[in-house]
Amino acid sequence: MRSVTNGYSSADLRGFREVQQLGFACAESVAARLKPGVTEREAARMQREWLRERGVRDWFHLPFAWFGDRTAFTGFKIPLQFFPTGRKLEPGMPFVLDMAPIHRGFTSDIGYSGCLGPNPVHDRLMSDLRGHRELILREVRERRSLREIYENVERLMISQGYANRHRAYPFGVIAHKVDRVSDRRWSPTLFGFGTNSLRGLAKDALHGHRDGWSPLWSPYRFSDHPPQPGLWAVEPHLGFRGTGAKFEEILVVTDSRDPEESAFWLDDDLPHVRRWQEEARSV
Amino acid sequence: MKRNRKPSAGDRSGSSGTDHGGNGSDGAHGTGDGTVLEGARERWVSTGGVELCVAELGDPERPTVLLVHGYPDSKEVWSKVARRLQDRFHVVLYDVRGCGRSTAPKPLRGGFTLEKLTDDFLAVAEAVSPDEPVHLVGHDWGSVQGWEFATVRRTEGRIASFTSMSGPSLDHLGHWIKRRTRRPTPRAAGQLLGQGAKSWYVYALHTPVLPELAWKGPLGKRWPRVLELTERVPGDGYPTGSLPTDAAHGAWLYRDNIRARMRRPRTDCYAHVPVQLITPTGDIFLSERLYDDLEMWAPRLTRRTLPAKHWVPRTRPDQLAAWIGEFAAKSDSDVPAREPMARGAHADRFAGQLVLVTGAGSGIGRATAFSFAEAGARVVAVDRDAESAARTADMARLVGAPEAWAETVDVADEQAMEKLAEKVAAEYGTVDVLVNNAGVGISGSFFDTSTEDWRRTLDVNLWGVIHGCRLFGKQMAERGQGGHIVNTASASAYQPSKMLPAYSTSKAAVLMLSECLRAELAGQGIGVTAVCPGFVNTDIARNATFAGTDEHEQKRLRRKSSRLYGIRNYPPEKVAEAILRAVVRNQAVVPVTPEARGARLMSRFTPHTLRAVARIQPPL
Repeated sequence: MRSVTNGYSSADLRGFREVQQLGFACAESVAARLKPGVTEREAARMQREWLRERGVRDWFHLPFAWFGDRTAFTGFKIPLQFFPTGRKLEPGMPFVLDMAPIHRGFTSDIGYSGCLGPNPVHDRLMSDLRGHRELILREVRERRSLREIYENVERLMISQGYANRHRAYPFGVIAHKVDRVSDRRWSPTLFGFGTNSLRGLAKDALHGHRDGWSPLWSPYRFSDHPPQPGLWAVEPHLGFRGTGAKFEEILVVTDSRDPEESAFWLDDDLPHVRRWQEEARSV
Repeated sequence: MKRNRKPSAGDRSGSSGTDHGGNGSDGAHGTGDGTVLEGARERWVSTGGVELCVAELGDPERPTVLLVHGYPDSKEVWSKVARRLQDRFHVVLYDVRGCGRSTAPKPLRGGFTLEKLTDDFLAVAEAVSPDEPVHLVGHDWGSVQGWEFATVRRTEGRIASFTSMSGPSLDHLGHWIKRRTRRPTPRAAGQLLGQGAKSWYVYALHTPVLPELAWKGPLGKRWPRVLELTERVPGDGYPTGSLPTDAAHGAWLYRDNIRARMRRPRTDCYAHVPVQLITPTGDIFLSERLYDDLEMWAPRLTRRTLPAKHWVPRTRPDQLAAWIGEFAAKSDSDVPAREPMARGAHADRFAGQLVLVTGAGSGIGRATAFSFAEAGARVVAVDRDAESAARTADMARLVGAPEAWAETVDVADEQAMEKLAEKVAAEYGTVDVLVNNAGVGISGSFFDTSTEDWRRTLDVNLWGVIHGCRLFGKQMAERGQGGHIVNTASASAYQPSKMLPAYSTSKAAVLMLSECLRAELAGQGIGVTAVCPGFVNTDIARNATFAGTDEHEQKRLRRKSSRLYGIRNYPPEKVAEAILRAVVRNQAVVPVTPEARGARLMSRFTPHTLRAVARIQPPL
């Protein structure tokens, strides 16, 4: 049995895992239905409707969809540019679907990358993301400071020839904490983010500020602390000349002394992980 | 006039031929790249009362490339290109009626209309490739004719592709002029006046008798020298001895066609074949703007630009042969017409060129290699770290380089660089664009900088550039077909700083070296650019030496300074874009980031401000 010293019971973790699976199922379902001419707004609506039909009422953030060079955030200057646009999908174009549904109080935040038809650059990016998933887990288990891990991830990206595109996210975060959210009848969103989750994040930020940690995993000084127990939605995002690829999933951090138990990915049965396993088998 | 007479008695006007062995040219015999078409099989094709002299090279079983010359030229203008194509293609050249050894129509007036020239082309194509369509290539008037061939209905099925250089379709030109005279906006009027001034010789050629007298008299005698001086056509036996009569007869090309087509351009002049347009940017006879609306007439158009003057078949045979060969091969393949692989900026200029980048394992070098790869260039990625060089070459192929190689060399190592130069020349070819980018960073006060630090800095930053320019620049100069050298200097080449004495010294030397070399190589069509990036988010700070510090302190300074570079966050991709742009525009000194540009401006107008800045101790 996993230790529960992060404050979550195994039933809780099961709940988080289920909603994460729900998110990836939604991403795969929508990705399979994307065809040339579909716009980002339509893709975002498809995700929203799919999840609503399955009982999702609240969001950490509303679904995003990025197509073409917007997957690498080319020319992004202000946060409003993250919102879905009328950009149409074309054959060979990469796309990223990013959604954060809350279901029965459990939050997930997932990212799914794909492309419409063959795209060798995108394939390479996806394969190279594997090293980042391994690096992050290894260094979190080593209890390195989050800022240092951030810099090591960035260094790996640069040595691979890529640009770090999660730097474009608000506060340049590679990850942020997620938590349980109580079910409320009214759950409005503010600039695409669910107010209930934002309140949780703000509460964490306040506590963290007193205790010297932050719920945002950034390249800045406020992230210069060892990994804080809890659930972290980790989203390394590679960019290469107009093509971007990311994954996002939840990393569980505990205060266990056993390295294996001190940090682990919430679930290993995910599309990107299966893809790498298939690649390894075919080699 | 010594001219070779056709075996059967042919009607010949305007020449008193005497039998004379050889190939009809009085130029250099036997020189490798001269004008003689060695090993060419000759035949005569009669059409519409004239006898055309046709030369063939290469295996007739292969696809046929038909080269048509311009004015005042003969088929020998193609000798260098033909030799480079003959291994892969069945190369056919012919003297246009009235030129070279082909006979002239009688009377001359009315004998040079495009309709009759189309008859000639069809007769030659029928004779040399009766079953398969030919790949047509035209230069100057050959290209004007080629446009006619490629746009009239009766040649359909006889042409597989058309490569045009320096010769617009007269019909397209007629429409171009009509559109601009009808709506003379300032821009349109400017374009009209510009081309109008470049066309002075067209008006001159419409004068009766005088052009003929000039060509047969002093102009014909001095023309080779004029070409050498103004057009940089190497004096290697071209033009041939038939020049005065070629030029005199050829005047009728203008008189028979220009006025008729300008007055009533055809309205159905759509190309029914894929067209490759090669535009020499330094052409003094034709404005680049002539081709602005060409997509409308030629739906399957590939654009190429070449920094050269008008006579490209003489001055840039390597590049032409590569583009002609590639385009013909692509048009022949059964794969349905696909977008060209390279779609990046400046693909018209760099497609297929060989680009060598030093320090290509990271930062600006890597981004530059990728940008050239996106433009379709073949890339040699040189770095002292084998793994990162290999990674760059690998990714370069992914983004569009037809070929890419990784080479592990320390640019400071003279012998290794010499070996690299030999290997590159032998295996990949002559470098078209050289980017001397490898460099190391070093910071610290002058008295903390040891002689060893100085040596290493100068070895890499300065000697690396010297070796690159010396070895690859020499290959470029010897080839004599132009090229470009980019040296990465720095904003600290003109911004002094008490923190960077060794680094700034080395970069200032690179800047001045580039300027001197630019002056020296200008005459050979080789451009030299010094790029001064400024603070760019690369690994330079993470790998820099901080003189006079212990290991712990050095580590701290590296981390701190690379964080500052990260906060500045100027992407190396933008420097790469600036480098490609600089090569296309042949710029001398290119400061890139705003701070580099500001410092450059201040170094000219308020140097004392920069001296004050030089005293600041940066907060590290």
